[in-house]
Amino acid sequence: MQVIVNISLKEGVLDPQGQAIARSLNDLGFQEVGEIRVGKRIVIEVNEPNRARLHQRVAKMCETLLSNAVIEDYDIDIPDGQ
Amino acid sequence: MRIAILIFPGSNCDRDMMVAIEKLTGRRPSLVWHKESCLDPIDLAIIPGGFSFGDYLRCGALAARSPVIDAVLDHAARGGAVMGVCNGFQILLETRLLPGVLVKNAGLKYICRNITMDVCETVDSPFTRNLEVGARLTMPVAHNEGNYFAGEDELARLNDNGQIAFRYVDGPAHGLANPNGSSLDIAGIISANGRVMGMMPHPERAISPELGGSDGAKLLQGCLEALVS
Repeated sequence: MQVIVNISLKEGVLDPQGQAIARSLNDLGFQEVGEIRVGKRIVIEVNEPNRARLHQRVAKMCETLLSNAVIEDYDIDIPDGQ
Repeated sequence: MRIAILIFPGSNCDRDMMVAIEKLTGRRPSLVWHKESCLDPIDLAIIPGGFSFGDYLRCGALAARSPVIDAVLDHAARGGAVMGVCNGFQILLETRLLPGVLVKNAGLKYICRNITMDVCETVDSPFTRNLEVGARLTMPVAHNEGNYFAGEDELARLNDNGQIAFRYVDGPAHGLANPNGSSLDIAGIISANGRVMGMMPHPERAISPELGGSDGAKLLQGCLEALVS
């Protein structure tokens, strides 16, 4: 099964990269752009057909390695139709 | 004095650290590859700077899950001393031996230059015991992620417990103090029991006047003497 993990910066954590991108977009004429927050998207192939167990295992992966709870949140998406 | 320097794929300050330690102690430290799952008895484990595992995922994240880290955690649990410099500091934060995280520099640029830092008043620790509180030390930083971040409660705890070891201050040779946006101007912190220390500046790169200064030698010498006494 394919799982998509989205890692995002927690609220309140400064994102200098996002700020720089927002400034660049403003300079390029995209005046409507406000705050930007940059995250990561990790696509994982997992050999586990049971969706509940799959979710549980991937959550464990996020807590063990994929995200750092001090500054990041994660959410797990298991697309339908697999 | 038995010292082990850990090496990960992408470490690049291991040899500099070895040279510095050998110069100060007259004894060559052992170099330990990250695949080792146990450490010979040691007085100090040093995690050197570099770009372990290419800084993939988050700097220090993959190194912190290497086999040798379990041995470092055991060593620390027995009260053993651990020091991390630069990427070594990032790795220590990822192991949770020290709190917080190092994020991208506020200016988004890699910074390689001298900084000046103050020695702070701390809990009793071999890493600060032989340094005078308020002493100003100058040595290089070289990093892209040196911006220390922790929640407000954690920062207050570090401050109140005397766990902030070094803070950036303005220096004559390089202008403004804090190079990277680090919270509370933090350049280095120590654990609550004083046995684990992480810092961004590189003491091993400031061990003789020919290298631009010897404040790093002063810092390392202080630690080494405190650890044997």
